[in-house]
Amino acid sequence: MSQNTVEAPLGVTAERQIVATETGRAPNSKWVIVTRGIKREYDMGGEVVRALRGVDIVIGRNEYVAIMGPSGSGKSTLMNILGCLDTPNAGEYWLNGQEVSKMTDDALARVRNKEIGFVFQTFNLLPRASALHNVELPLVYAGISADERRRRAKEALEKVQLDHRMDHRPNELSGGQRQRVAIARALVNAPSMLLADEPTGNLDSATSEEIMRVFEGLASTGQTVVMVTHEPDIASHARRVVVLRDGLISTDERREQFISRVGLTGAAH
Amino acid sequence: MSFFQAVLIAWDTIRVQKLKSFFTVIGVTIGVTFLIAVVSIVGGMGRYMKDDLVGKIIAVNAFNLRSRPNIQIGDVTEDEIREWRRRPRIEVSDVGPVAAALPPEVLWAVESSANLTVESSYAKPRRIECSTVSGTDWFTIKRMDVDKGRLIAPQEYALGSPVVVIGADVADFFFPALDPLGRQLKIQGIPYTVVGVAEKQGSAFGISMDKFVIAPEKAPLNRAVNPHGVIDQMVVQGSSETSMREAMETTRTVMRSRHHLRPSQPDDFALETSDSALEFWNKLQGYLVVAGVALPAIGLVVGAIVIMNIMLVAVSERTREIGIRKSLGARRRDILNQFLVESTTLAVFGAVLGIVLGIGFAKAIAALSPLPAAVEIWSIFVGVGVGGGVGIVAGIYPASRASLLDPIAAMRQET
Repeated sequence: MSQNTVEAPLGVTAERQIVATETGRAPNSKWVIVTRGIKREYDMGGEVVRALRGVDIVIGRNEYVAIMGPSGSGKSTLMNILGCLDTPNAGEYWLNGQEVSKMTDDALARVRNKEIGFVFQTFNLLPRASALHNVELPLVYAGISADERRRRAKEALEKVQLDHRMDHRPNELSGGQRQRVAIARALVNAPSMLLADEPTGNLDSATSEEIMRVFEGLASTGQTVVMVTHEPDIASHARRVVVLRDGLISTDERREQFISRVGLTGAAH
Repeated sequence: MSFFQAVLIAWDTIRVQKLKSFFTVIGVTIGVTFLIAVVSIVGGMGRYMKDDLVGKIIAVNAFNLRSRPNIQIGDVTEDEIREWRRRPRIEVSDVGPVAAALPPEVLWAVESSANLTVESSYAKPRRIECSTVSGTDWFTIKRMDVDKGRLIAPQEYALGSPVVVIGADVADFFFPALDPLGRQLKIQGIPYTVVGVAEKQGSAFGISMDKFVIAPEKAPLNRAVNPHGVIDQMVVQGSSETSMREAMETTRTVMRSRHHLRPSQPDDFALETSDSALEFWNKLQGYLVVAGVALPAIGLVVGAIVIMNIMLVAVSERTREIGIRKSLGARRRDILNQFLVESTTLAVFGAVLGIVLGIGFAKAIAALSPLPAAVEIWSIFVGVGVGGGVGIVAGIYPASRASLLDPIAAMRQET
C-alpha cells in the first residue's frame, strides 16, 4: 500500500462511496473491510429490535479506525459482524476479498482464525493456561505444528514486550500485561485486521495509555486496526473515527475533525 | 486441531482438577476393578481346574475306565443311580484284553483305593486314602515323583512287596520331625516300609492333596481295598489327544464285547476324561462370568451417568472458555472433539486405575485365600475398551451441547 494511505486515512471519499454501492462485486484488494447496507435485527420475544439499519463502511488496508457510539447504537452488533461472530440479516460483508455474510459457521470459524485478531475488554484469556499457551491457541486451531507454534507465539510475545512473563498464568499478570498477552494472541496468526472491543475498558488510565501506545505502534507498522469504544479520548487515538447512532453511521471523519468537533483537549499526542 | 492436541488439553484439565477428576472416574474405576478382579479369579479358577486339579485327579490326555462315573455332573436321577448299582465291576480279568488291544505308545495302570486306618509308632491311628497301583506307569501318568527316597521298584510290583510311597502330609503326621524313609507304617495292622515321600501336590480349594499312601497292586493291602479280582479303575493315557480318543474307542469295543452288549444297549461302564470333569466347571464358570460381568456393568452405567453429569457441569462452567476458543477459530468439530476426548480420557484414565486396582485385588485374593487368580490379558483390553466406550457415550450429549454454543453469548457469560 502506498505511504499515502497510512498517513492520510479518509473518512468518506468518492472512491469509497462507489465501492460501497457495487453490490455483489468483490472489492479491490486495498480494502480490508467493505460492508454494503448491512442490517441486523433481533427478535426479542415478539418485538423486533433493529440493531443495524443499513451500514456502509469501507476500511482500507493499514487504517486505524475507531467505531464509537452510545450504548444501543449498534456498535457491539457491528463489531460482532465485523468479527465474523455473527452474520447480518441483509447486506454484504466482504473481508479481505471474501464475502463472509453468507458463510457457514465452520467457514466463519476459519475466517476468524485466519483473518481476525480479537482483543476484548475482559481480555478473555484462558485462566488455566500460561501466557505462551494462550498465545499459541489460534495456531492450534490453524493446525500449525507444536514447534512452529511455540516459535511464533514467542515472537508475538516479544512484540508486546512480554517474553519474560510467558510462563505465567493470567492471574499472575497485571491488567495491562493481560491485555498485552491478548494482543500478542490476536497478532500471532498475522491477521488482516486487529479487532479490539473496548480494549481499555477494564484498565486504569495509565495502563490504557500504555495499551494505546501498543496499538499506535502496530498501526504505524501497517497493521489494520479497528477499535470499538465508547470513550472519545480513546477513540481519538485512532486516525479515523466512525460514530454510530441508532443503527446508522452518523459521522465518519478524521481524528482531527473528530477532536475539534467534540472538543477534546490534549487527549491525543 | 489434532487428536493428540485434544488429548493434551484433556490431560491438562484432568491434571489441574485432580480431585474432581478422581470422583468423576470413580464409577468407571470401580466397575473395571470388579470386572478385572472377577474375570481374573474366575479365569484363575478355570485354569487351576484344568491344569492342576483335574490334571491331578485324571491326568492329562488320560481317561479312567470305571464301573460308575466318579465325577457327577448336574443332577443324577434315581434311575441312573439304580442303573449304576446294577453295573458289573471292572475285573482284573478285563485288564489283560484291554491292555492287549491298546497301541504300544499308550500307558496304562490299574488303581484301587479305600480309606483305611493307618498307624505308626509316632502318631495316633488315622483314616487315610490308601491305593494300590499296578506299576511304574501309574506314577508317570500322574506325573508324580518322589521328593525323598525312591519310587516303588519293578521287582517290588512283581513280588507284591510291603512297601509304600506316602504323601507329604502323611509323612509329616506319622513321622513328625523324623525321616520316614525305612520306617514302618501299619495299614490294617500289616506293617509296610516307607520307601519314598511324594512331591507336594498342594491343595484344591483348601483340601490337601497330600494325604495318600500308595502300595504295589500285589501287596497285601490289595485285599483291604477291593474284593478279590475286582479293581476300581484302569487309568489309560494316550500320547496325544487323538491317541487318547483312539484308545478310548478301543477300550470301549473290548469292554462292550466282554460284557456281551448288543449295539442298542448303552455302555455299562464309564470312560471318564478330564473333559467330563471340566464340563461341570465350564457350566459353573459361565454363570460366574455372567454375574461377574453384570455387576460391574451396573457400576459402569453409574460411572457413565456421573461422567455425563460432570461433563455437563464442565460445559456450563467453561461456557466462556468455549466462546473464547470459538472466537479464536475453533470449529464445532474442534469443540466437540475436545469434550469427547476429555470425557474419554477421563473414562480411560478411570479404567486404567480400575485395571491396576483389579489386578491388585485379584493378587490379594489369591494371596490371602485358597482361590487362585490369573489376570487375563483380554480383560485388560476389554477394560480399556469399555472405559473408552463409556467415555464416548457419556461425552456425546455434553460435547454436542458445547459445540452448538453461540460464541457471542458464550463469551458474555460471567464466570
